[in-house]
Amino acid sequence: MGQVINIAPITRIEGHASIHIKLNDDGGVEDSKVQMLSLRGFEKFVEGKPAEELPRIVNRICGICPWHHHLASNKAVDACFGVTPPPAGHKLRELMQTIAHAEDKLLHFFFLAAADFVIGPDSDYAARNVIGIAKANPELATKVVKMRQKAKMVLEKFAGKAIHPVAGVTGGFAKPMSEADRKSILGEMQEILDFALFTMDFAKTQVFPPYLDTIQTLGVINTGFIGTVDDEGALNLYDGKLRIMKSDGTYTDFEYAEYADFIGEHVEPYTYGKFPYAKFWNEGFSMDLDNPKGIYRANCLARINVADKISTPRAQAELEEFREKFGRPAQATLLYHWARLIEEVYACEHAIDLLNDPEITDTNIRTSAEPKAGWGVGCVEAPRGTLIHDYSTDENGLITRANMIVGTTHNIGPINMSVNQAAKMLIRDGKVDEGILNRIEMAVRAYDP
Amino acid sequence: MTVRVASEWLNSCSGCEISIIDLGERLLDLLKLVDFVHIPALMDSKYLGQKGDGKHISLPDADVGLISGGIRNAEHLEVAEEMRKKCKIIIALGTCATHGGIPALCNSYSNNEILERYYSTETTDKPDAFPSEGLPELEERCFALDEKINVDLHLPGCPPHPDQIFSALVALLEGKPPVLPSKSVCDTCPTIREGKGQLKKLRRFLQEPVCNPDEPLDQMRCLLEQGVLCMGPVTKAGCGGDQRIPRCISARVPCRGCYGPVRQDGNQMTDMLNALASNGVDVDSLSEYPSLLRFSGAHGRLRPPRKEA
Repeated sequence: MGQVINIAPITRIEGHASIHIKLNDDGGVEDSKVQMLSLRGFEKFVEGKPAEELPRIVNRICGICPWHHHLASNKAVDACFGVTPPPAGHKLRELMQTIAHAEDKLLHFFFLAAADFVIGPDSDYAARNVIGIAKANPELATKVVKMRQKAKMVLEKFAGKAIHPVAGVTGGFAKPMSEADRKSILGEMQEILDFALFTMDFAKTQVFPPYLDTIQTLGVINTGFIGTVDDEGALNLYDGKLRIMKSDGTYTDFEYAEYADFIGEHVEPYTYGKFPYAKFWNEGFSMDLDNPKGIYRANCLARINVADKISTPRAQAELEEFREKFGRPAQATLLYHWARLIEEVYACEHAIDLLNDPEITDTNIRTSAEPKAGWGVGCVEAPRGTLIHDYSTDENGLITRANMIVGTTHNIGPINMSVNQAAKMLIRDGKVDEGILNRIEMAVRAYDP
Repeated sequence: MTVRVASEWLNSCSGCEISIIDLGERLLDLLKLVDFVHIPALMDSKYLGQKGDGKHISLPDADVGLISGGIRNAEHLEVAEEMRKKCKIIIALGTCATHGGIPALCNSYSNNEILERYYSTETTDKPDAFPSEGLPELEERCFALDEKINVDLHLPGCPPHPDQIFSALVALLEGKPPVLPSKSVCDTCPTIREGKGQLKKLRRFLQEPVCNPDEPLDQMRCLLEQGVLCMGPVTKAGCGGDQRIPRCISARVPCRGCYGPVRQDGNQMTDMLNALASNGVDVDSLSEYPSLLRFSGAHGRLRPPRKEA
């Protein structure tokens, strides 16, 4: 029997997963599997709960992106009860979600991913982390910590609770924004935008250049993509229609309430996580590296691939430069890091646009609702991908049925493929060292699962 | 001398770890005093050796072990037991670790019911058998940490406020016993309580409460007295950190109990129902009861309903 390697746990990601690699007698990779080890069963245990309580329950699916679960859930509940938030209620939700994106991308780039590039993929694991960066470059680390904290505290100060938020409520938002709040948050977001632009430039001039070859090879696969766009085809993180693009660049748009006609979920025996795939392509599901079937990817690279454009000027300029270099759709997996920073610029610019909208301080923020029987689908773009909450309620407004497709799950198939590709490329003649195993994990980390 | 800290997350969401990162600049100060030897969220220390060829989970020795999340599967149990072996002090970090947290809502159902639903949703291609190949088997239910290992300090909260994480760690560094809040959320809530028992029924939180957004919270009438369920009376204080003001209330939203019961072994559901009933509120005006235990369903509090014979 060939050698077995277990990378357990996959680290600097946000969940419980491991990689299982089996070598053949010649010391090459026979097989690899990425295992998602956690199963909590939210789809079952929300049954019977009052629908309006769900946004405060399902946010616990993820402590890194609770705002996105909170708001997708609020949208689904609004639809079940047939209520529409007033404009300011809608915009306050969108503002919080957009700032949460801005915070999240700084967290991922600097705290989770950067060490692989800045400290180096083959360096000692004890130093290859954010603590190592803090020791090697205390000035940068202090700046990063301050800026990320600033974004987080904007959410905390205004909305009460930033991790597992509560301020999105059925029919709108719980608290209006005063003019004083607006001015103060606007100032904070302008500083964070400056930092986002610094980060983009820093990454393009100092982080990515030594790794351009790695970017073109490590974890590279050929797939379709999913994301949300507005009526004009521009990137939208909060609302719009879903677009699934094939690897040849052709695409199909649909309303998110129709998701079940377009997306299926495949099950494999070796992981608790399910594998969403493009059911409507009618080609089935296969993770074959040369001939994948039904496979599309989600998260930032997918979103900027499917979008025709970005509505804010600086992010649009970055998108044009990106497309000039890498084409559309860009397939190289490590480009997720680059795409993430483009979205960071967009999130900061868009938050500023929302704060400059006079309607944001309107005090009409919530439409009253009555419990009733209904059905509703809520969808937002979470940092890790398209997030879908789908609920039905009975005449008392209690949940009778819930289905959820969470951002990262769209990428479970692609992550398996990228790991397989990386392992096959890097493991030869049975030779395995820490640097090789970390590079395989880098193919996972790009997806920010 | 630096203190060695190991951190693990079990049946959890990573919110507690993000709350550690939310220490902000205090984290940079802390890093001068503590040495993180294992924290999967931030560093690449592996269970089975750095080359992935070990057979059993092995963690480094540490002075303090932080564990978030309850215990839901065989791997969680193995990791928790290894942490207990290797750490001098174990802190149960967050309400999932202290009382099961939201994921312990699963305790109202059998494992089979959970799996059956998850693998048969409208979008799922239902498999012939549930996945199991090389996977950690589910425990019979979701356990709080102290149901399986000895815990030295309970630090509840969903998530715990960074101020409490900081003061607990600093106290341990100084060799002092950490001082944690022991009151109820109501005891730290600035809203106006008139205490008049006119309320007969509770209504659902589907309208704006009565309040003037331009006025501070101490001008707003208590949400429970306004007729909306608020778990403040039966929930441990502390969510507001050093500022004290309960975080949900500051957003003008009622408490749902995320710090768990006021006493570690309290029962948020019976305590709340008793509090309501003794004030003349019709408890049947609540839509259902299990949600009152949504943060503290471990320790056998939530169970599948008995099947009718």
